[in-house]
Amino acid sequence: MSESSVYALSRKPTAVIQPARGFLDLDLVSLYRSWELVYFLAWRDVKVRYKQTAIGVAWAVIQPVVTMLLFTLLFSRLSNVPSDGVPYPIFAFAALLPWTYFSQAIGRSGTSLVNNAGLVTKVYFPRLAIPIAAVLAPLVDFVVTLAILMLMMAYYRIVPGWPFFVLPLFLLMCVATALAASLWLSALCVRYRDVAVVIPFLLQVWMYASPVAYPASVIPERWRALYSLNPMAGVIDGFRWALLGTDMPDWRMMGISGVAVAVLLFVGAIYFRQTEQTFADVV
Amino acid sequence: MQDVAIRVDGLSKRYEIGALQQRHDTLRDHIVAGVRGLVRRPGRHAAASTEFWALKDVSLEVGPGEVLGLIGRNGAGKSTLLKVLSRITVPTTGRAEIYGRLGSLLEVGTGFNPELSGRENVYLNGAIMGMRWKEIDRKFDEIVEFAGIGPFIDTPVKRYSSGMYVRLAFAVAAHLEPEILIVDEVLAVGDAMFQKKCLGKMGDVARQGRTVLFVSHNMAAIQNLCTTGIVLADGRIVFRGSAVDASEHYLSSVTSRNFGLADLAAHPGRTNDSTPIVRSIGLLSPDGQSRYTDHIAAGDDLVFEITYDTGDLVLDNAVLGVQSSLGERVFTVGARYSPDFTWRMRGKGTLRCRVPNVPIAAGEYNVMVAMGSRLQRRDFDTVEHALTFRVESSDFFGTGESLLPGQGYFAVRSEWRNVEVADPVDTLAGA
Repeated sequence: MSESSVYALSRKPTAVIQPARGFLDLDLVSLYRSWELVYFLAWRDVKVRYKQTAIGVAWAVIQPVVTMLLFTLLFSRLSNVPSDGVPYPIFAFAALLPWTYFSQAIGRSGTSLVNNAGLVTKVYFPRLAIPIAAVLAPLVDFVVTLAILMLMMAYYRIVPGWPFFVLPLFLLMCVATALAASLWLSALCVRYRDVAVVIPFLLQVWMYASPVAYPASVIPERWRALYSLNPMAGVIDGFRWALLGTDMPDWRMMGISGVAVAVLLFVGAIYFRQTEQTFADVV
Repeated sequence: MQDVAIRVDGLSKRYEIGALQQRHDTLRDHIVAGVRGLVRRPGRHAAASTEFWALKDVSLEVGPGEVLGLIGRNGAGKSTLLKVLSRITVPTTGRAEIYGRLGSLLEVGTGFNPELSGRENVYLNGAIMGMRWKEIDRKFDEIVEFAGIGPFIDTPVKRYSSGMYVRLAFAVAAHLEPEILIVDEVLAVGDAMFQKKCLGKMGDVARQGRTVLFVSHNMAAIQNLCTTGIVLADGRIVFRGSAVDASEHYLSSVTSRNFGLADLAAHPGRTNDSTPIVRSIGLLSPDGQSRYTDHIAAGDDLVFEITYDTGDLVLDNAVLGVQSSLGERVFTVGARYSPDFTWRMRGKGTLRCRVPNVPIAAGEYNVMVAMGSRLQRRDFDTVEHALTFRVESSDFFGTGESLLPGQGYFAVRSEWRNVEVADPVDTLAGA
């Protein structure tokens, strides 16, 4: 071991500890350096979840499929909700794919800091790693759900066109939205445990505010801009377009959604970093 | 070469203790509120809150290779200082600079997940502590060997014994190879063999020229392991010097040294999470008369009298721990180890504990007293250094000889015989 070089390396302090911190200091460098930690935390979440459940990964199938069946019965058979010219089941499933991911990510990351209180109060690492890992973990389920969707597309003989290759972009937008929301929720939850109670309700409201069970085209023109402030509206529209070849999304709407998620994410990160300093004292 | 490993400049840390919940109907509420008070969000009850400075204007330089012992009674600020230095919590004012990678053993096994196997936990725990993946790969075999859990490495940790669990956790931490190592009383865990291993590892770290901050209540460990020491009291540094001087300063100043009878209503040795239950402890003269004494002779009975007020709590256990003046536990007696102690304590009362014919060597000892509930598996009140007493030499062996200082804590009788004599000397003819 080369311990002799240890101190020669560090002319400048490795770490400076002081109370005040710059407003825009997101410290993305140390976050980048700890990507392995993010990976391990996400991997732990996936692994532990499947070890603790009896039928493991099957939940990733059952949940969206049952929801799809319910939606088909309620909205298509009983209420005749339009579905942009594609069979309703797959119309719903293409939206449930990002939505199931989104609601899982929020549901788990919202309480992630509180659930990891043991870590937060004992070890230092960039705190952002915890909600980020919690948001990334459900991507495993996403892949499983995507495979189901592929099977359904084969059944309905839907062949995606070139827009399919834009799908990663919408997935990225979906992950960013989930992350933005979870930065707020997880940081708030440290202080106010009420957040944990609010999250399921919030997700329910959010789902009806997103075109999961219905097409965005039913929203009256003058409300569209406001509607698009919900980034999930853009994400779901994008998924349907990329996978099912429905009408091309309104790019102004998509722009509004994109800007909304960027602002939410940026401000969320600042809020998180500002409150992060007291996590260990409060949690 | 850098001539400093840690530089601390005017560091202070303030907690605000919420004073909102003043109405406590049960003792449980008191405890809950007491704990909550420490973690209350700063500023929430600004109008009705009291400030508590866990650290007050602490300045300190630690050189590379220095093995510094942090000494102080509970609540003196040791843990807060370590938490600030390991960046877990942010100071209120002041500044600290850390030169080099800092590894902290504030609590080993942080982030261990019971569902995962030993192998998986090593990787997870290593990553949490700041190790790179490749680094863990490289040290993996060494870690498993150090922990001594061999074939169980792929078993879920929840099936481990607590000893195995701790050993694996410590092994990961011990292989972090930080330039600065922070150790907080982890040596209290594990069996004796393993503790020795840990001390050895810490010694290695120190010999490699790396810096160690070591917190312990065991002055013998501080004196053995550390080169220098600081004594903290009420969030300030009150002494800085060699490890031996610092531990002696602590023992003479912080130990309250009550002889005979000690009033424990407001005692500095009461631990943070305790509720005052034990009101006094006294050492009774072994001759059966109700008078207090400050000493016994080696081999006499130790008779302690404890008065208590449990309030509404129902307790069924009391423990006395006798410690040497260096803070090492010599022996422990407890009501739970006494076959005929089956009743419960509630409200006010007095306990008497007789330890017959205590064979301890001459010297000064102090007593830790705790009361708790076996049912709830916790101590509600613990007071360290509650009472001090002396053991005077006596003719314990009936030979006129007594043990010399440094020959151990116990006077143990022994029988010696010549069973094979090579060159017999006639003792009578010897003159």
